[in-house]
Amino acid sequence: MKNKTRIILMAGVIAISAAFTVNVAGGKYMTKNGKVSFFSHTDMEDIKGDNNKVASVLDSKTGKMQIEILVKSFVFKKALMEEHFNENYMESTKYPKSKFDGKIDDINAIDFTKDGTYKSTVSGNLTIKDKTNSVKTNGTFTVKDGKLNGKAVFKIKLADYNVEIPAVVKDKIAKELEITVDLDYLALK
Amino acid sequence: MKHNFWILLIIIGIPGLVNAQTDTSDLMSLIGDNEQTDYATATFKTTRLMNGHSIENQAAGVLDFRINHRFGNLNGGTYEWFGLDQANVKIGFDYGVLPWLMVGVGHTNVDKTYDGFVKAKILRQSTGKKKMPISLTYVASSAVTTLKWNNSRNNYVSSRYSYTHQLLIARKFSNATSLQIMPTLVHRNLIDLLKYKNDVYAIGVGGRQKLTQRMSINAEYYYVLPNQINPMYDNSFSLGFDIETGGHVFQLAFTNSRGMTDPQFITQTQGKWLKGDVRFGFNVSRVFTVRERK
Repeated sequence: MKNKTRIILMAGVIAISAAFTVNVAGGKYMTKNGKVSFFSHTDMEDIKGDNNKVASVLDSKTGKMQIEILVKSFVFKKALMEEHFNENYMESTKYPKSKFDGKIDDINAIDFTKDGTYKSTVSGNLTIKDKTNSVKTNGTFTVKDGKLNGKAVFKIKLADYNVEIPAVVKDKIAKELEITVDLDYLALK
Repeated sequence: MKHNFWILLIIIGIPGLVNAQTDTSDLMSLIGDNEQTDYATATFKTTRLMNGHSIENQAAGVLDFRINHRFGNLNGGTYEWFGLDQANVKIGFDYGVLPWLMVGVGHTNVDKTYDGFVKAKILRQSTGKKKMPISLTYVASSAVTTLKWNNSRNNYVSSRYSYTHQLLIARKFSNATSLQIMPTLVHRNLIDLLKYKNDVYAIGVGGRQKLTQRMSINAEYYYVLPNQINPMYDNSFSLGFDIETGGHVFQLAFTNSRGMTDPQFITQTQGKWLKGDVRFGFNVSRVFTVRERK
């Protein structure tokens, strides 16, 4: 009799414990190989950098999302662009990571249980080098087979992030860069 | 017995509660450490310190056109226009074949010499997942002089050849400071006198200190171990600046070496710094991306 009570009590605790655990991890999505690229267009030269190792976590309950980018993981068509990007402009030894910390503004607009394409603005703080600015952009979220894709395109000004362009190359590098974000999330288990 | 039960209950129960209270403000912590290997890049601005090689290679698919120029000695006075009346030039092409392999050819008017080299990366300095304190590169070069013989000896073609083997050991200590050590062997098929050595051992040291993001001060010194070469020759020492302007790297330097190929500046440097036998010189490097990455 007493043993039975114990077993029931034990089972109850395990169930509650498990429920809490699921509750924490559940509803969250992650990726370690998201894509972020930037594009600079001038009449002299087009420059494109691609990063396919972007990490991000998204909480579908609160709408909170974070993105972390290793600056050195950007690849370019020309090796010299990559060297200058890391050495001269981004100082990637000094500032190895760029970050976004923000949220999906209208989280209720997205039904994570139903396949479909949803739109919501995304806003938050973007940190590049030692500068943090608030950004807001339109995001497109696609739910399919339990997976989530998030896409956004927006522009940033180099001057806002302490990226100095010397006079000799100022005609080759745009003052405003177009940033493309494409993240394929998996449910975090 | 009863105690054991409650302890078990707590042990099972606590993780659940702790989990429930996990601070979710830092979501990134949920996916663990995303540690990658971080390789040291741009230990030096270009593939040469001044006369000799630095640890850097051109990337795969990149062609580097180099013009090296050394004027005459500064102590030539106004008659020699402080050396500007003389010109020693070397023109070369380097090409990055693979990410770890570079080859190059060159020609200089000093003894009408042709040279070629193969340069392979062995180790790359890195932190993170894979850790390596230094970068290591092997360079092998050969040089052939084509100056007409002006003696009555029976001359062999092989006498024109010399070979150089180098290990380059470098470390980027910080964003601004890099140092390099170069154990070197120069083999000369022909030597002035039998008492000198065909195989000459030397050790080079070099370094750079960045002054700004695009400019650095460089030094390069080759110490030839004693009793190997004609004592009229001195150790090569160069001091200069690297200036980078996008696709070009300009290297401006003062050096006591006239020759710009390995056996020439390592074993045949005639100038003495203390006597003012120092010449001004520059290297210009222009890179072309021949094969773009996909």
